[in-house]
Amino acid sequence: MPGPGYLNSDRLLIKGGRIVNDDQSFHADIYMEDGLIKQIGDNLIVPGGVKTIEANGKMVIPGGIDIHTHFQMPYRGTTTVDDFAQGSKAALAGGTTMIVDHVIPDPGCSLMAAYDQWRQWADEKSCCDYSLHVDITHWNDSVKQEVENLIKEKGVNSFQVYMAYKDYYQMSNSELYDIFTFLAERGGIAEVHAENGEIIAEEQTRMLQMGITGPEGHVLSRPEELEAEAVFRAITIASQTNCPLYVTRVMSKSAADIISQARKKGHVVFGEPITASLGTDGTHYWSKNWAKAASFVTSPPLSPDPTTPDYLNTLLSSGDLSVTGSAHCTFSVAQKAIGKDDFTQIPEGVNGVEERMTLIWDKAVTTGKMDENMFVAVTSTNAAKILNLYPRKGRIAVGSDADLVIWDTDSIRTITAKTHNSATEYNVFEGMELRGAPQVVICQGKIVLEDGNLHVTSGVGRFIPCSPFPDFAYKRIKRNNIVNLAVLRAVPRGMYDGPVSEFSMSRGGTPSASARNSPTKQPVRNLHQSAFSLAGPPTPDDIPIRPAGRRIVVPPGGRSNITTLS
Amino acid sequence: MSDCRRQWNREDELPVYLAGPINTGPNQKKTYGMFSSVEGAFESKTIDFDNYAVGRKGSRTPRSGSRERVLDAREGSLTNSTGETDDAHPGVEVRYSSGKEIPNGESERLLIKGGRVVNDDQSLYADVYIEDGLIKQVGENLANGRMVIPGGIDVNTCLMKHYLGTQPADDFLQGTKAALAGGTTMIIDHVTPAPGESLLEAFECWQEAADKKACCDYSLHVDIPQWNEIVKDELELLVQEKGINSFQVYMAYKDTYQMSDSQLYEAFSFLKQLGAVVLVHAENGDLIAQEQRKILGMGITGPEGHPLSRPEELEAEAVFRAITLGNRVNCPVYITKVMSKSAADTIAQARRKGSVVFGEPITASLVTDGSHYWSRNWAKAAAYVTSPPLSPDPTTPDHLNTLLACGDLQVVGSAHCAYSTSQKAIGKDDFTLIPEGTNGVEERMGFVWDKAVAMGKMDENQFVAVTSTNAAKIFNLYPRKGRIAVGSDADIVIWDPYSVKTITAKLQQSASEYNIFEGLECRGGPVLVLSQGRVVYEEGKLQAQQGTGRFIPRKHFPDYAYQRVKFRNQVKKQQGVTRGLYDGPVYDVVPTPKYITPAPSAKTSPISHQPPPIRNLHQSNFSLSGAQLDDNIPRRSGHRIVAPPGGRSNITSLG
Repeated sequence: MPGPGYLNSDRLLIKGGRIVNDDQSFHADIYMEDGLIKQIGDNLIVPGGVKTIEANGKMVIPGGIDIHTHFQMPYRGTTTVDDFAQGSKAALAGGTTMIVDHVIPDPGCSLMAAYDQWRQWADEKSCCDYSLHVDITHWNDSVKQEVENLIKEKGVNSFQVYMAYKDYYQMSNSELYDIFTFLAERGGIAEVHAENGEIIAEEQTRMLQMGITGPEGHVLSRPEELEAEAVFRAITIASQTNCPLYVTRVMSKSAADIISQARKKGHVVFGEPITASLGTDGTHYWSKNWAKAASFVTSPPLSPDPTTPDYLNTLLSSGDLSVTGSAHCTFSVAQKAIGKDDFTQIPEGVNGVEERMTLIWDKAVTTGKMDENMFVAVTSTNAAKILNLYPRKGRIAVGSDADLVIWDTDSIRTITAKTHNSATEYNVFEGMELRGAPQVVICQGKIVLEDGNLHVTSGVGRFIPCSPFPDFAYKRIKRNNIVNLAVLRAVPRGMYDGPVSEFSMSRGGTPSASARNSPTKQPVRNLHQSAFSLAGPPTPDDIPIRPAGRRIVVPPGGRSNITTLS
Repeated sequence: MSDCRRQWNREDELPVYLAGPINTGPNQKKTYGMFSSVEGAFESKTIDFDNYAVGRKGSRTPRSGSRERVLDAREGSLTNSTGETDDAHPGVEVRYSSGKEIPNGESERLLIKGGRVVNDDQSLYADVYIEDGLIKQVGENLANGRMVIPGGIDVNTCLMKHYLGTQPADDFLQGTKAALAGGTTMIIDHVTPAPGESLLEAFECWQEAADKKACCDYSLHVDIPQWNEIVKDELELLVQEKGINSFQVYMAYKDTYQMSDSQLYEAFSFLKQLGAVVLVHAENGDLIAQEQRKILGMGITGPEGHPLSRPEELEAEAVFRAITLGNRVNCPVYITKVMSKSAADTIAQARRKGSVVFGEPITASLVTDGSHYWSRNWAKAAAYVTSPPLSPDPTTPDHLNTLLACGDLQVVGSAHCAYSTSQKAIGKDDFTLIPEGTNGVEERMGFVWDKAVAMGKMDENQFVAVTSTNAAKIFNLYPRKGRIAVGSDADIVIWDPYSVKTITAKLQQSASEYNIFEGLECRGGPVLVLSQGRVVYEEGKLQAQQGTGRFIPRKHFPDYAYQRVKFRNQVKKQQGVTRGLYDGPVYDVVPTPKYITPAPSAKTSPISHQPPPIRNLHQSNFSLSGAQLDDNIPRRSGHRIVAPPGGRSNITSLG
């Protein structure tokens, strides 16, 4: 029920707080009006009728941005139990004031139609601001056109592709190359679900043959190496196409290591660990309780290595991993039980949108790995920068949206499904005691959480469009483009006019090439269309065209040592 | 031990006493002091050879025709007891005990005196007595002489790899001559069937050609150009009847040789069952195809387009993927042609994590770099074209030599595949058509010495390991090849660490016009090369005989690669969890079509409407009735997961 403060909440003053941004912390009051931060400073002059919140020296941080959710996601005729209302409510309860959901069109379906559908669902129900990623589940010219329109007109700048889910979502290397090239030209961010789908398919078959049908088969058939391999490949493709890469759901140490190595080599790549990978591990897949084991099923799976969460928190603190999501995608036990006889049928997803901020505070800040500014960076600022929403979101500054959280560093609470706001029966963090929690949450300039009471209104969430070419990723990309072009230059040479041995293009001349069974054409190029030309190279100005005396002298037909010419 | 014996080619020609490399007499358990070099070195001197001649097929080696010759490897002048002397070079003394010169003797009795025998594990001063192409005795001496090392094994040559209907300039004759001149006494050539061609036919074709022409022993790898059921049968036949234990798969050459990850997985699994070594050409072919298109589109058609379209990242990526596949299948992986630092580092890291992976740098990548692709001389630039390309990073050779020295890379091949300039010119207007291959079979041993041993990175034993022993172990030729020991083949090189020569195409044995090492100085080289117990190279003179090379069959399951794999197989048996049957509510899934979602109307492709990989639940073999781990545990009747049907409930308390 709306309390008295709620009615006057259009004008809000937070007094005596310590503002924590990603770059600095300082003491100041914040005045908000019409959902925007209007003033920051001491002794602010504010109009009457202002609801004042005493922060008592507590931290005031930008509201969290959960960059990865799956609310109301359709799955084989059912939907996840948390719809946009339930999900965003849980988000707000955890101090997250904006979510970015994934639009997942069925392969073959229109991206635009799916986008409209998701917009409709979210506009109806969402309690906080939201943005959308669109997943590219198939690739052809019409999809290309749709992606272009989504970037230009619909405010989507990030697109996820899949390297897993063979024969369904999975893209080939060539398609990935095309997509990345396309996105790099249009200023999009390529997000990638990195797992080697082909090997997974083989491993799944093997596991089922061995008689392993329970949830442990999920992690056995998707070992972390396959995640690391796909991450490595994605980075290679992204660096070839010079496209910024965003790896969703970093679940294992080896995948995280690959990302941090790549960053050290200068690649533009961002890694997103999720609440689950930062908070728990994959040992639960071996639980004797099927329902419990199944509730941890997500892809890539949680690593059975119990040191993984600590390691990922360390890399998050050092900046090797950039942002955190929750990949919140909850199914009821009955839904998970679709796969009770076959682990490959278990719907994938774990909870985490509500626990995300608290968990990172507990695992990274209170352990001394991370300072409060970095905490802000990984929970909101970096996400805002990647989505090109900064400084509207992810920062407490004059003119920014009034999405903020008064953070209580001392509170301790125990996570349990009995008290969480998600609709799912099972919480993967069940029983964990976590320090740090939001005390007051302000979303769109309105108090939504105060004194433990949640006051949310379904449908007030606005769609926040993201524009292409975010500086955070593209400044370096643009520079790289210039550098790369300088390298890619033809060597001006005299024409080779020596003997050319006879050859047969079709390879038909070889002793027994007759049995070719594939009609695929050899990658033979039309020499007449070959663009070799001395007049053509990018910048031929500085080089004299065709040095007159430069000929490669080889007596026609004869063998001679032409080594002396070099 | 029994495995060792079974791998021998002509068992009947082997001495009956041969159970191991050196152990011979009943005194073999006797321990010698730490300064004693070879077990059994002494008693072997007392062997009565006529005893061992029993049961041997003597047709090849009529004893009447055999002669005994002494090679004196002491530092000193070379003298020949027949009167021919060559005092210009200090070094090897050649003597025939019979005093007669045999120009073309099928078999000789040879004694190498006063040399320092260098194996991969130790060096010792010893004389080596050779008869009938086998080492019969190794005995300690106290002389300080030249290095006597096992003849080199070049694990990667392509002497018959036809390209668009043309053959490489070096065939088995020319190529093996070059090999012998460089101190390599065995090559393993790649059989490269065209896609669609029978592996077996290709193998026979290669074997026939090699038998006619090869001057040194050889073996064959078979490349797998595509994956299907017929290939599987052929592979089985090749492994079990033809003595092939290594097969190459390609991750590059899209639409021709390239295999998908699924095919690779299947191929790895299959080859593992056969006990073969999987060789991988590791480059990401999909991306190369894209890059080639891009580079050609930019108007770059010269050889510089080759490295530009095949950046080393693509090599490293494929190496990483191959190793991942190898780990999953638990199968040894051998990466051919390691050309770049990042690929080598990937291998080194994987080995540190316990993967069974071997890396093979080649002569070219250990010596030169890819800066020459930008040469203004088209013919020169094209001569360097090979795949993966030489890295343009000039620090690459040094790095690879370091990794070779420390054991992160194991064997050195040459990938010798020499095409003449006119053949290279097939791609004069389009770099993608330039036939790929560089020379290196002749220079291999010399340059490993020059770049690694002479630089202080590597010792002489490691030199032997990377040039012959490791190769012999990986491909199951050890200790017949790759070691100087009693019973081993008499493929021996007397090595001069101080000789210096300048590489030039004018003096090489290879038939190609261009040598990519042109003008480089190389320290170290063979003084004398013995192949099958015969002197084939001596002081710069080659006396190779066409057709003397034998095909050496190789048994499957080489210990060096497979021992660890076998143990891992036992460790890795994964176990399911036995649970009570889930009997809670189950959400009804619409059976078909699988995906009833709001907007299925806009389907464009009929193929993409494939249902997800859904398994038939009825065929799922989850059952509590079969033999289970907990069979001995009484069924707990009270174990039920209580969830009210359809209702939401917190069942967390069950955990």
